[in-house]
Amino acid sequence: MTTTEPVEETTPAYGVSVEGLRVGLTARPGVDVVDDIDLLLSPGEVVGLVGESGSGKTTVGTAMLGYCRDGAIVENGKVLLGDRDILGLGTNEVRMVRGTEIAYMPQDPASALNPAIRIGRQIVELLELRGIGTAQERDERARAALVEVGLPDDDGFLRRYPHQLSGGQVQRVALAMAFLPRPNVLVLDEPTTGLDVTTQGMVLDSMNQLCRSHQVAALYVTHDLAVIANIADRVAVMYAGRIVEIGPREAIFTDPRHPYTRALLDAIPHLSQARALGGIPGNTPSPGSRPTGCRFRDRCAYAQDRCAEEPPRLIIGDAHVVRCVRAEELPPWDINVGRVPDADPERVREAVLKVDGLDVFYGRKQVVFDVGFEIARAECVALVGESGSGKTTISRCVGGLHKDWTGTIDFDGHPVGHGSRRRSAEDRKRIQYVFQNPYQSLNPRLTVEQIIRRPMELFGVAKGRAARDRVAELLDAVALRPAVARAKTHLLSGGERQRVAIARALAAEPDILVCDEITSALDVSVQGSIVALLEELRQSRGISMLFVTHNLALVRSIAARVQILNAGRIVESGLVARVLDSPQEDYTRTLLANSPRIDVVDR
Amino acid sequence: MSVMTAVSGVGGRVRRGLGQPRLAVGLAITLVVVLVAVVGPWVAPYGEQTIVGRPFTHEGSWLGTDYLGEDVWSRVLHGGRSILVIALLCTLVGMVVGVLIGIIAAYVGGWLDELIMRLNDVALAFPQILLALLVLASVDEPKWWMIVAIVGISHAPRVARLARGVAIGLVGRDFVASAEALGESRTRVLLAEILPNMTAPLLAEAGLRLTYSIGMVAGIGFLGFSTNPSAADWGQMINENRLALLVQPWAVLAPVIMIGIFAIGTNLMADGISRMAATRSDS
Amino acid sequence: MTDTATAVPAPTPTAPARSAPVGGAWVRWVLRRIGLAVLTLWLVSLLVFAATTALGDPVRAILGRDYEASPGRVAQLREQLHLDWSWPHRYLDWLGGLFTGDLGTSVSNNLPVSSLIGDRIVNSAVLVAAAAIVAIPVSFGVALLCARFRQGKLDQGVQVGLLGLAALPEFVIGILLVALLSTTVLHWFPAVTISEGGSAPWHHPVSMVLPVITLVLAVAPYIIRILRATLLEVLDSDYVELARLKGVPERVVLRRHALLNAVVPGIQVIALQLAWLAGGVVIVEYLFSYPGIGASLVDSVTNSDFPMVQALSMVIAAVYVVVNLVADVLAILFTPKARTEISS
Repeated sequence: MTTTEPVEETTPAYGVSVEGLRVGLTARPGVDVVDDIDLLLSPGEVVGLVGESGSGKTTVGTAMLGYCRDGAIVENGKVLLGDRDILGLGTNEVRMVRGTEIAYMPQDPASALNPAIRIGRQIVELLELRGIGTAQERDERARAALVEVGLPDDDGFLRRYPHQLSGGQVQRVALAMAFLPRPNVLVLDEPTTGLDVTTQGMVLDSMNQLCRSHQVAALYVTHDLAVIANIADRVAVMYAGRIVEIGPREAIFTDPRHPYTRALLDAIPHLSQARALGGIPGNTPSPGSRPTGCRFRDRCAYAQDRCAEEPPRLIIGDAHVVRCVRAEELPPWDINVGRVPDADPERVREAVLKVDGLDVFYGRKQVVFDVGFEIARAECVALVGESGSGKTTISRCVGGLHKDWTGTIDFDGHPVGHGSRRRSAEDRKRIQYVFQNPYQSLNPRLTVEQIIRRPMELFGVAKGRAARDRVAELLDAVALRPAVARAKTHLLSGGERQRVAIARALAAEPDILVCDEITSALDVSVQGSIVALLEELRQSRGISMLFVTHNLALVRSIAARVQILNAGRIVESGLVARVLDSPQEDYTRTLLANSPRIDVVDR
Repeated sequence: MSVMTAVSGVGGRVRRGLGQPRLAVGLAITLVVVLVAVVGPWVAPYGEQTIVGRPFTHEGSWLGTDYLGEDVWSRVLHGGRSILVIALLCTLVGMVVGVLIGIIAAYVGGWLDELIMRLNDVALAFPQILLALLVLASVDEPKWWMIVAIVGISHAPRVARLARGVAIGLVGRDFVASAEALGESRTRVLLAEILPNMTAPLLAEAGLRLTYSIGMVAGIGFLGFSTNPSAADWGQMINENRLALLVQPWAVLAPVIMIGIFAIGTNLMADGISRMAATRSDS
Repeated sequence: MTDTATAVPAPTPTAPARSAPVGGAWVRWVLRRIGLAVLTLWLVSLLVFAATTALGDPVRAILGRDYEASPGRVAQLREQLHLDWSWPHRYLDWLGGLFTGDLGTSVSNNLPVSSLIGDRIVNSAVLVAAAAIVAIPVSFGVALLCARFRQGKLDQGVQVGLLGLAALPEFVIGILLVALLSTTVLHWFPAVTISEGGSAPWHHPVSMVLPVITLVLAVAPYIIRILRATLLEVLDSDYVELARLKGVPERVVLRRHALLNAVVPGIQVIALQLAWLAGGVVIVEYLFSYPGIGASLVDSVTNSDFPMVQALSMVIAAVYVVVNLVADVLAILFTPKARTEISS
């Protein structure tokens, strides 16, 4: 096997094409993780592969490098790189292709860089192993690559370890490392998940430029349609192991034909308008429990009997293919269909919670400075900021989870204590907290009924039979089946768990719900349904909400007022429509400029 | 907690446990040894201290005689009870004290945690057998409960370290914060929210501690520090007869094998429990 | 331990980063660690002293049944152990002695403790060192094999075997080995250590074989299990996956990416086991009549020879503390994150 010495700065002649790819499980023959995948990536093109968790998108990504995680195996199909089929190559030959011809950018670079090796050494590792260039040349190339992604190239930087870099830097080091051997094809696996929007914006820019200037064919795997709307030339939508729709970006975002794509787009909040978000009923089926025929049919609003047969691939327009038998008969779709008016600025407000001059400390370090805001009855106020802005800290002070603060938090006309142990039972009952991660906030040893009952017993809301009836009512209110009551939480999906957490909060009959990034661990369609649920609760029960999030678009759809936070201080605040449509502060403008928007696609 | 769910929960766990071969085998071995220890004295052909023939010969029943001419097989059957009971009590003492120290340190945190763990380090600087020997040197007539206390206490810092580690992972979880925000009492948070989530690692640790207790208790007997010199006790039997390994190996090997089997059984059990916990958290 | 440490490639060829400019922080950190070790030893000394004074009348323990019969001997012992002094006085006297090398006088034979235990410490050190030199490379080898062929027949067999071995008390292993290799089945090695006329045991290496094997079998299962688990965890990590996706050959993945990150847990478990050996030798030495501190300790406990017991306990505890200190420093040196946190 000879290595093709990468030629500097020339156009790669070929991209990559995937044909009929099927990946199965070694332990369960006949069950597929992904099936019947066809994809073509041309040089200089960015293709977005979108899907929710369990769709198999990452499996497709790594299969393009001839790699499967333990327990999975490629059962069928080809990955053609020029005229070579990567899946047909021997172990050593595949290894020579990896990195140099097809490169991979991992999901979480913080854990994907070896913590024990300096980055200067990690970047050139592959060149070194392949014996490309002299040590001197490799060093120069590494420095050049770092400059390309906007990082310093001095000795000090090269000698750092991964833990000495920030999240965005790590990300760009991984990008530089992937680009260094000048690959023809690049697979990016959700590389910006977990980054702040500003950092994400920079990383995406670097990536886009590099792909275009080096004519790399890139596959961008993500769950985030808004990111895709900003960077992809073509978009492939995956559901339950299959590509259900693929087409040019404009077609997918303005004329989606698959009911799943439409439902997904309906669930996404927009920066430019408030929307009534909707979810998709049910859960994404896992490998082995997917329906025959169209895999979306059991959740589809347009399903008919004939959907039980294998759906045809209908070619709708220019390179726009839909795997739905009804693609051509569906009613027209408009991205603005879910639009609702922004909150009424004239509404009479009756403040229930007033925060004034709030300073918060962690030990000797002050993290929040002089923050003040009000929440009115049946109103949702959003706290928005990037990581480290202090938004969650403020919500924890309000919820009684952090006690090291000064200033006043007035609830219903009286100040509340520092920390829940110094609050009256009445205050604890009326202010309820919902946590970010539903996988951590429910005790795995208890049943759902036990979890929801506890606040009732503690606060004397109900007991015995009455309590059991209340549990059933609350489960119904959060749209869960009554049978869930007897289950332990490990049997539930993330969205269902978050509903249980909300039901637990409601059990105390609160006046204020503090929601700390409660949708950030969830898929977008689940987020849509949770937001719809909160909106319904706010209107029907008159509950006020403090909604903490990093997602500005989400704020538009859920909140009436917003506080923009930066480094522990409020930068700008006011009515959501006013702040988002005509921001007064530079920080808000930068934040808005960097937020990926779904509504940018040319129509 | 409703009775229905509790019962079906236990039943399910038992079924899952038997599906884990190491746990099943370990449990079976342990039960056999326990059975021998409990029933042994009634089925033994001779009494615990009955002289049946000349020392170190093949007289008596099938395993021959020991250094006094007592029947080895009978003494093996008699000698399991004390080690079984004492090892169990040692484990109990170690687990209770250790778990309490560990979870309190983890939950309270701050300087108290620091202090407890520092003192723990000191206690850990003592090999377990050394602590036992120190105490045995200082009392003129050791009693059985002293063995329980020393071995149990010497387990405590090791158990505490594990319990703290497990509990620290739980204390930071949001369901604990949630209970705090509701205003649950500290005791309830510890006992109703944190402790129930530690059962699997603690059970595994208890199995491990039982294994070590058997080794320690038998080891103390083996070194010749027994609380009742004339009684049959597996550890002590090795000590009494070991010089005759060449002429009458069974007088030594019989108790050695019993101790070995017992320890292997409890260790398999411990390993099975931790594997069961691992597969459950995967699903 | 140093053998394995140097066998692993150094983190980078340009190692001296952790020298001159950050030296001050390092000196402070090491001093703090040493301070903590000294504090630990001081608390240990309190514990040892308390256990040997507070639990009963030492003279009664020493003389046993002779206590009532010989009041003269009682008086003499009270005098020798300074029992008429207050306990803080006795403690300080003893502690001072520890620092000046005066460990007291043995009650059994009226010789200075230091002269009685000097040779024995060397003998025990040789035994432990021999066990470590065998156990460490063997453990690394077996762990690497298991990790490479994980869940294969070899791996599973080894796992079950190790589980069984780990359960067995060291005297059970020892006696079974003696029966197998020395007395009953085969007759290859002597069952007890031969040291005629006080010559050092390593002059008869063949008599050290069984004690060394026993100790190796007692510690290796733990080291192997921890190393294997660590290696598997590292092999499942994202950075190893990325290395594979980058096209790095498997043997380089194992050597550079996996082993390097498994070194620190390796050092820690080896230290733990070496420290355990300090106590574990007690039973093994007694079993094989090996002339080391362990056998000595058992004799002293039998005779309630308090000065000996106290001195030997302190030696064993000191070994434990020092081994842990060294392991801590090595662990920090091999963990870039911890290392840079200290120097910054």
